[in-house]
Formats: sequence, C-alpha cells, structure tokens
Amino acid sequence: MSALIEVTLADRGVDVAFEVAEGETVALLGPNGAGKSTALAVLAGLLRPDTGRVVIDGEEVTGPGRWVRPHARRTALLAQEALLFPHLTVLDNVAFGPRSTGAGRREARTTAERWLSEVDASELAGRRPAQLSGGQAQRVAVARALAAEPRLLLLDEPMAALDISVAPALRQLLRKVLADRTTVIVTHHVLDALLLADRVVVMDGGRIAEQGPADVVLSRPRSAFAARFAGLNLVAGLATPDGVRRPDGTVLHGTLADPRPTDGSAAVAVFRPSAVAVHREAPGGSPRNAIPVQITELEPIGDVVRIRAGDLAADVTLASVAELALAPGVAATFVVKATEVDVYAH
Amino acid sequence: MSRTRHVGLPRWVFVPAALAVVFVVLPVASLATRINWADFGSLVTSDAAMSALGLSIRTSAASTVLCLLFGVPLAVVLARSEFRGLGVLRSVVLLPLVLPPVVGGIALLATFGRQSLLGEHLEAFGVRIAFTSIAVVLAQTFVSLPFLVVSLEGALRTAGERYDVVAASLGAVPTTVLRRVTLPLVLPGLASGAVLAFARSLGEFGATITFAGSLEGTTRTLPLLIYNLRVTDADAAVAMSLLLVVVAIVVIGLVRPRVAS
Repeated sequence: MSALIEVTLADRGVDVAFEVAEGETVALLGPNGAGKSTALAVLAGLLRPDTGRVVIDGEEVTGPGRWVRPHARRTALLAQEALLFPHLTVLDNVAFGPRSTGAGRREARTTAERWLSEVDASELAGRRPAQLSGGQAQRVAVARALAAEPRLLLLDEPMAALDISVAPALRQLLRKVLADRTTVIVTHHVLDALLLADRVVVMDGGRIAEQGPADVVLSRPRSAFAARFAGLNLVAGLATPDGVRRPDGTVLHGTLADPRPTDGSAAVAVFRPSAVAVHREAPGGSPRNAIPVQITELEPIGDVVRIRAGDLAADVTLASVAELALAPGVAATFVVKATEVDVYAH
Repeated sequence: MSRTRHVGLPRWVFVPAALAVVFVVLPVASLATRINWADFGSLVTSDAAMSALGLSIRTSAASTVLCLLFGVPLAVVLARSEFRGLGVLRSVVLLPLVLPPVVGGIALLATFGRQSLLGEHLEAFGVRIAFTSIAVVLAQTFVSLPFLVVSLEGALRTAGERYDVVAASLGAVPTTVLRRVTLPLVLPGLASGAVLAFARSLGEFGATITFAGSLEGTTRTLPLLIYNLRVTDADAAVAMSLLLVVVAIVVIGLVRPRVAS
C-alpha cells in the first residue's frame, strides 16, 4: 500500500511531489506555513488541488477528471487533538471505523477490543472521552484510526498537544504500530522524525527543500530548516551495552533509552550542542567522551557561539572562543558527559 | 464556590434593566389579579377550553414534527454547504420571523385557498386545506420553521466540522456521518430548537385565524378561543390566558438550561 502525491495549489503557493513506499513512514517537516498540512489535506481528500494527482495503493484518488471522496479513500486522519466522539464510549469510538465500513455490531466490537488492547487501553473501553486524560485520549484515537484499517495513515502533529510527560509513551506506541504501516506524519519534533520516520521530506515555502533518509537529512542537513530543526548532534553506529560504536571503532558512551537497543543493532547517540565542552587538549576522566575534531565553522547564535566540526556542533561562550583561540581549521576536542548522551535504537 | 469576577458594570445600567424585567413581569402578574379564582377550575376545564387545548397541543405537535422533517435538512444545508445564493436563501428562510403572521396567513391562503393555483388542483383531487385542521398545522409550521432552523444552524456552526472530517476519514459515508456524528453532537441545539418551534406553534394566532378560520373543534386553538371569549366571557378568557402562561413557563423551563450551556 504505497502512496504518491504530485500536486500544485496556486492560491496556497504549494507545489509538492513525494512518494511513500509500502510500509514506509515519511515525516513532513518544515516551518509553519510551509504547506505540510495542505499536503496532508490533499492526501485525505479534504482539498482539491489545481493540478496533479494523488495515487493511493495504485488507485488514482485525485487527478484530472478523477475524485474519490474522503470516506472512500481509507486514509485515517489523526490530529493534534484526539477528537474522540464525545457522545460515544471509548469502545464505540474505536468500533466506529469498522461499523462504518460494513462490519456487524459484534464483529466491530471484537475488532475494537483487539485494537484497544494493542494500545494498552483495554481498561478504558467503557469510559466516555470526557473521562480520559490527554494521553489516554490520544492512545484511543490511535486505536480508532488503526481499527479503520487505513491504506494510508495521516498523522498531523499527534503529540503537539500532549503534556511532555506523556508524549514519550505515545511516541513509543506509535513506533510500535507504525513499524510496517504506510504513514505520513507532520511533526515539529526532531525525535519524532528520527524515531518514527524512515524518510523525511522537508518543506519550505510550499516546496520541497530536501528529502532523504531521516538520519541522513538530520545529521547532514542540506536545507537551513533541517539544520535548525535538528539542532542536535547525532552519531549513528551500532549499539554497545553503554553507548554507540562509531564506524571508526571508537565508542561514544551514553544512556540507553527504553526500549534498549540490543547489542550490535543499529543505534543513534543524540546530544545537545550546549552539552559539549570544547578543549584544545584532550582531558582525562572516565565518564566523559572525548572526540577529536577539526573546527570547520563558527556561528554566533544568541549569546553563544556554535562551533561546527563536520556533523558535530558545540555551543560555547564568546569568552571561551577568545581564550581558546578557536577558529576554522583549528584542531580541538569535543567533550561530552555520558549522562548527556541519549542512545536510541534505530 | 468561586465566581468569575467581571470588570464591573456602570451602576446606571441596572435601572433600565430592572424596568425591562418589570415591563415583562407586571402584565403577567396583573393577569393573575384579574382571575376569578372561584370559577377558575370550571372555566379551564370547560368543554370548549379542553377541546381548544387538545387541538392546540395536537396541531403544535404535528407542526413540530414537520419542522423537524424539513427544518433539520435545511439547517444542515445552510450550515455545511457552499453555493451561490446561500446568503439570499438564509434571508428567505428568516422571512416568516419578521413577517406579520396575518400576512403569512394571507400568503398561505393565496397558495392553498380554493381560488389559488395549488388549491384548485388539490380541490380536483378532493383535498381541501383552507379552514381545516391541516391549515392550522401549515400556518403553525410556516411561522415556527425559522425558530428551529436558526437554532440548529447556530449549533451546527458552533460544533464545527472537525468531528465530521474524522468520521469521514474513518470510512463513514456522508449519511452515516450525519446520523452518527453531526446530529448527535448538536442534540441539545436540536432539542431547544424543537421546543421553541413547539412554543411558537402553541401561541400562533394571526396566520391561523386568517388561513384556517375559527371553527370550534377543527381550527379554534386556545389562542383563538381566548380572542373569541375576551368580550363575551372575560373571566374565561383570563383563566385560559393563565393556562397558556403556565404552559409557556413549562416550555421555557425545558429549553432554558440547554441554552445556558
């Protein structure tokens, strides 16, 4: 079940074309007003483009002289807010999709119960949406979308309205259920793109600025937005019991995030530029990672200076830059505590 | 219990506001002072009164059903579709609200009366509408329809289309979306619209007397009976007026909490 979109909408200044392979998750990134939500609405059949076409699972659903109405596209939509039908119980909400597409009452309930247990929300079945927390409601909304057995799942910033304390749990849930599902997700969070998406499509001003595998675009961003968006250091490699082994054999020590990547599996280490200290000489001390680098670029950001060295970045004060005489071409050592490095399965 | 604090009103607004309340309450209260309490029971249970009240309730119920059958789809069209002339259509629907009811009655007579175009055809099939109970129901429906449509359209607009979009994306055909999501979500608005339409039908006078006449048992509803009796039997007219006031207060009681929420 693949998807293809290549459309233009003159009045919105949107001209976009990308594909989603079967079972692939594509993250749509970009600043506000870049056209991400417009692309999603065109896929869902809520907007009719001026030119171009949309193909879902080999069927042209939008095109010259061709228009399939939203309900017949089987593209379930999950928005920022859960939007559970307030007059139905949780179970009936999840059963809504199967019921609407022809399943009998009992069959729809069985399907709904299965999906509720899939998202660990079986105990909520009898409740009304008003009795749920934001995280629980979004969990149920995920089950409801999946129970409709969509050919293409559309997620519009599904975690943006959630409390930061519950967002990680939903992210893990999505990671599980999106694994082999054809999905387009609009997100503003670098971790969503990294953990949920196989590929990212970066949009800016209604056009695609760049696209490619998530780790490539985020670690070596070619577009200004992707670089800003990432704002993180990202080191890919293979998992070790306490970090990531880089291709050159050195190990970056960090904290393994749940679910812990198994030894030797693909993993990424992520850390903030502000957690990096810059030294001219490699310091001692075991809990620290020392990475020898050659400085390539200095960029003032607010009241700090971002020191770039290839893919990596460090934020230091202006005083340190002067004291250490940092400049492009200078050899230095980036030092980051293991506690500042998060390691994720990839 | 904590209360929301407002920025405060100028004190003088309470004076005209209080006068407005007095202006509504005083006439109703005065009605009660004119009641002949000794005969009240027999007056409101007389054959003429019971027959008129029964007719009023039956015809109002029928017109409320007609308002629901045709008004709900109309409100949905007004709230959810886009086409040229929608604004004009909305104004046309509101017309009975601003038209004097007697004008509405004359218009209905011109449409369904014996001499009218439609009436002549109906007469050929042996159907007579003017001066029958059907005419009462049509007159009530004509004046009540905007109450239901306006109230429901407002509720639909407030509810928005977000849930409809989700339902469609889950595979529900438009009829299913309307039946299982759109209408259940505006049920309070629908209920208050129906109660308002019923209340307006119950009080309908001008269009009814013009289009249906005042025939005891078939078209003489309670307001018409009160008008008939006001000179010949003032005590009976006042007693039945109080009966209508009580019915109106019950109706407001049914609809008020929903409007507030």
